[in-house]
Amino acid sequence: MRREVIRFLRRGRPVELKGFDPRTTLLDYLRLEERSTGTKEGCAEGDCGACTVALGRVREGKLVYEPVNACILLLGQVDGAEVVTVEDLASEEGLHPVQAAMVKNHGSQCGFCTPGIVMSLFTLYQHAPRPVSRETVNDTLVGNLCRCTGYRPILDAALEACADAPADSFTAMLSERAAQLAAITDGRDVFVGDATSFFAAPASEDALAKLYANHPDATLVAGSTDVGLWITKAMMDLKKIIWLGRVAGLDRIEYGNDTLSIGATVTHAKALPALSGIDPDLGELMRRFGSAQVRASGTVGGNIANGSPIGDLAPALIALGATLELRNGATTRNLPLENFFIAYRRQDRAEGEFVRGVSVPKLKANEAFRAYKVSKRLDEDIAAVMGAFRFTLEGRTIADARIAFGGMAGTPKRAALTEKAMFGASLDDASSWEAGFAAMAQDYQPMDDHRASAAYRSTVARNLLLKALSEIANGASAATRLVGQREPLQAAE
Amino acid sequence: MNAPHKPADAESLRHVRQSLPHDSATKHVQGAAQYIDDIREPEGTLHVVLGQSPKARGRIVSLDLSAVKAAPGVVAVLTAKDIPGKNDIAPSLADDPLFAEGEVSFLGQALFAVVATERDLARRAVKLARIEIAAERPSITVEDALERNETVLPDYAFGRGDAKAAITQAPHRLDGEFRIGGQEHFYLEGQIAMAIPGEDGDIFVYSSTQHPTEVQHVVSRVLGIPDAYVTCETRRMGGGFGGKESQATQWAVTAALAARVTGKPCKIRLDRDDDFVLTGKRHDFRCDWSVGFDDEGRIQGYAVDHLARCGYSADLSGGVVDRTMFHSDNAYWLAAVHVGSRRLKTNTVSNTAFRGFGGPQGMLAIEQVMDRIAWEIGRDPLDVRYANFYAPDSNLTPFGMEVEETDTLIDLVRTLEQTSDYRARRKAIAEFNASSPILKRGIALTPVKFGISFTLTQLNQAGALVHVYQDGSVHLNHGGTEMGQGLYIKVAQVVAEEFGIGMERVRITATSTAKVPNTSPTAASSGSDLNGMAARIAAAAIKARMTAYAAAAYGVPEDQVSFRDDRVFIDNESLTFTELAKKCIAARVSLSEAGHYKTPKIHWDREKAQGRPFFYFAYGAACAEVIVDTLTGENRVTRVDILHDVGKSLNPAIDIGQIEGGFVQGMGWLTTEELVFDKEGRLLTHAPSTYKIPVASDVPEDFRVALFPSANREDTIYRSKAVGEPPVMLANSVFCALTDAVHSLDPAKPVPLNAPATPEAILRACEAVRGRPMT
Repeated sequence: MRREVIRFLRRGRPVELKGFDPRTTLLDYLRLEERSTGTKEGCAEGDCGACTVALGRVREGKLVYEPVNACILLLGQVDGAEVVTVEDLASEEGLHPVQAAMVKNHGSQCGFCTPGIVMSLFTLYQHAPRPVSRETVNDTLVGNLCRCTGYRPILDAALEACADAPADSFTAMLSERAAQLAAITDGRDVFVGDATSFFAAPASEDALAKLYANHPDATLVAGSTDVGLWITKAMMDLKKIIWLGRVAGLDRIEYGNDTLSIGATVTHAKALPALSGIDPDLGELMRRFGSAQVRASGTVGGNIANGSPIGDLAPALIALGATLELRNGATTRNLPLENFFIAYRRQDRAEGEFVRGVSVPKLKANEAFRAYKVSKRLDEDIAAVMGAFRFTLEGRTIADARIAFGGMAGTPKRAALTEKAMFGASLDDASSWEAGFAAMAQDYQPMDDHRASAAYRSTVARNLLLKALSEIANGASAATRLVGQREPLQAAE
Repeated sequence: MNAPHKPADAESLRHVRQSLPHDSATKHVQGAAQYIDDIREPEGTLHVVLGQSPKARGRIVSLDLSAVKAAPGVVAVLTAKDIPGKNDIAPSLADDPLFAEGEVSFLGQALFAVVATERDLARRAVKLARIEIAAERPSITVEDALERNETVLPDYAFGRGDAKAAITQAPHRLDGEFRIGGQEHFYLEGQIAMAIPGEDGDIFVYSSTQHPTEVQHVVSRVLGIPDAYVTCETRRMGGGFGGKESQATQWAVTAALAARVTGKPCKIRLDRDDDFVLTGKRHDFRCDWSVGFDDEGRIQGYAVDHLARCGYSADLSGGVVDRTMFHSDNAYWLAAVHVGSRRLKTNTVSNTAFRGFGGPQGMLAIEQVMDRIAWEIGRDPLDVRYANFYAPDSNLTPFGMEVEETDTLIDLVRTLEQTSDYRARRKAIAEFNASSPILKRGIALTPVKFGISFTLTQLNQAGALVHVYQDGSVHLNHGGTEMGQGLYIKVAQVVAEEFGIGMERVRITATSTAKVPNTSPTAASSGSDLNGMAARIAAAAIKARMTAYAAAAYGVPEDQVSFRDDRVFIDNESLTFTELAKKCIAARVSLSEAGHYKTPKIHWDREKAQGRPFFYFAYGAACAEVIVDTLTGENRVTRVDILHDVGKSLNPAIDIGQIEGGFVQGMGWLTTEELVFDKEGRLLTHAPSTYKIPVASDVPEDFRVALFPSANREDTIYRSKAVGEPPVMLANSVFCALTDAVHSLDPAKPVPLNAPATPEAILRACEAVRGRPMT
């Protein structure tokens, strides 16, 4: 029996909704229907964070509050969650510790970004292990733009509010809320609407496969960090939406001996520690992926499936030799990730077919990996050039190379000629790298766009190869990187 | 026996100089502060969306709106024909139509407006227009405009002596072409207005504007009704930064016109992408300069021509580019100087006010020249700056105004040089760079001198309205608007201080043209200088009447009456402020006053280019240290030390907030914020996904900000100084530090770096210095 309403928790009470337009965003619901106007629209594309709210979900038996951009999150996606907005934090005892610290530290000026900042800090307050570092605060806040304060007082407020263990009205209610969430959670397929217009959230892969086969014109949504913009910006009148967030098993991470398998709906936040285990550069890449809000919603599968020419993650996974698994009806198939990307925004995905997950080979002892994201702004930006390298070494000689770039072509693409040219090069002889640099110019003819010029991209691609080789040759990165150093930092100079 | 009213000094002040939080801080953090989009809409409110030109330049051949009219939810479609008054929303010249007629002048220009029952329906309907434009090649760049020789305003120049000859005769000479990018305001609250029709053609407009009076005037102009029929109210903006000075008007007027035509309340809220496309930015410039100097780096002659890209209309470009010219000297004595300017017309959105109002560009240009001079003669750039600072015997600006407090800046810079440990760090950086082939550090210490006053003298006035009620509570209103800068709390502090009452008695109210008329925009850093004074004058007048009453009633001289601690002390007796208010009302004493203030001393003769356009200067200096990855151009600002002069602060926390926020905003302008237009005039960086303002992690981890302790020599409100804009230019230090880092690659070569110094621009400069230009 499918369920024909969505259910979520709001201010301690279950809410059931049906009959909503499938493309309704959570923000529009809050502001226009519920009339909770504390949550703001700043950009309607998930980049400024003014609309940040917290979603409480039970993850591995524990209620956790995650920050999301309500402007691009579909209303249906809150099924099974507790929705917490800025109006909900203060209690009879007064302001929430995060709010009080913001006032005390003069953390608001115009105040328009403040609700979003407060909500991001609320999630930090709930879950960040103490002591909270400035880096952690930054990672929490890069998805919240503030144009007035210069952030310093906000960072101070965050550190002050999170100095002690969480002890607010929410921590006191954790188990009660978790129980309430359990009470509205079931294993049923959700289908709100009719055959011409619906928001569906199948609970199993089989149900998904069947539903998608019946409605191949439906839009698959995982985190909605991209599809949300089709609605708010491209004004696409999406009628049929299938949300993958309830499909059992698709959010699984499997740790094999030689490979790491990541289900399609594993969020970036959840993938981060797993990918870090393969190589610190992958972890760093994930740390810089979007923002905390985007990492909490966006998924590894979605990032691959929507075929961005840059797609930050894809080049790294290609360099590692990842395999993509797809399913259509009852049939599944695997293909090397690089083969999935056919041309600009065109992928090898048949009608009715969906991404199940990606398998990433772990590094062998004689393999060295490096990945670099070069963007106009260091954090919360899309790469101008994204380069990833895996070298197989025989002693100090390169026996094999897998090199992939984003931002250098219409798709994430391997540098076939460069890979060949690197064969036999020596880590100890920089002159043996020259053939690789020359080949790089043959591999890629990038474009000019608003992120970077073709000339910049070509120069950076070459320089990243140089950087990777230098780092591997020297076994150090402190002298070659501004952020994401692989070795523990020495005491400040 | 009570002492007579004491002169205002720090010791006796109860509210002024206190770091009180922003007036709305506790509301901000709870989402309880209402912005216009949060006001509950009256029943039947309609929503307006603009139809935009798909071409940047050309003739409108046809505009077929039949499908738009037929779309679901559409109530009305407005074009120029529906305007009862003038089709003109320009702040100065009549060159900004509400809806384009005949010709289009930039891509995105409003052609029509759709009024529909829902915003979403209006957004969909607007796409159904069939628009035919006979397009011409648009002018997009400075060079395009030069080629066509098109300007929005006449060229203007001033100077002193024969700069050309001085440059030629100097021992050293350098020339260059320096480009400075524009900047999007990115106020977090996008442009918005809601208009509600009333009786007899009245219109009430909620507008997120820095200039309610101009909104009022332009609504009345476009609707063809008297000013007195229009009220504009602004409680708060979610950021302004100049972007809502003249360019909030269009939305308010569009909403008012829609309300007039439909008879219903109408609201317009721009989508962020539309906001980027439809509103002007900070002007971008090409500065053509040449300089002559001696072996010490002392400038003998400086000539600069500011080629400003103004967009399609004048808007505020006259004042903006004038201010660029006024700040072409920054803090430096220029014996012989030529400052020229062209206000170039391009087929892009009309550039407008942005915090600093042209000043930052003029200052950055000469700061860059300082570095070039230093490299040329091999001196520390800071020493070259010292060699050129204004001094008592050389203190005349290129426009004939005396710099009266030359010591302030020199003291301030010397102090910062010490506290930032500049010399030792420069040495350490040189050592680091010598052993670090890829990562290079750089440091720079740059000064700021910024002129305070509107250069259009008329604007230097303000009004305030203060009422004292029978319960001792005080209604405070003034012409200044609150955009986050803390103006409301500062003025409230002044009023509470004047009455000797607690802050909780002072009710801050929304800025309204119905309460204080004929106001100036809240701009030019003038907010607290002007409105603080006007409010103090109003409060003082009421207090004087209360004092006179009390003195007469108790039979004591007036100087025996004093107000403090919520009480009024009369000789040996005292009563509460409330009790005196009640007695005054009973005795028919007016407890309401409209205060008015005008800035003294200022005058400016633009034709002769002589005068004193500024009441005073605000000073500051910053020392920035950066590290650059010379393989990619990526960079980090690692430490910033700021010392800034706010006179004697009205509210140190608010002022520090302005300094830090202004600095970071300036840093964004000079680093990651890049506006890219394509050849058709389409803005490619039109949302935060593509246009990158600083985020939390961009803020220097080591960020030391201090206030320079000095009273304003002029009689300003509690001897404070304006603080809104000057800190933006502290960020010039970041740009100069980045060039310094690149310069370390080869000290024999100049660094050809333009602003913004994006990673790409930096890598381009690195490659040029390395002698392998990036093509």
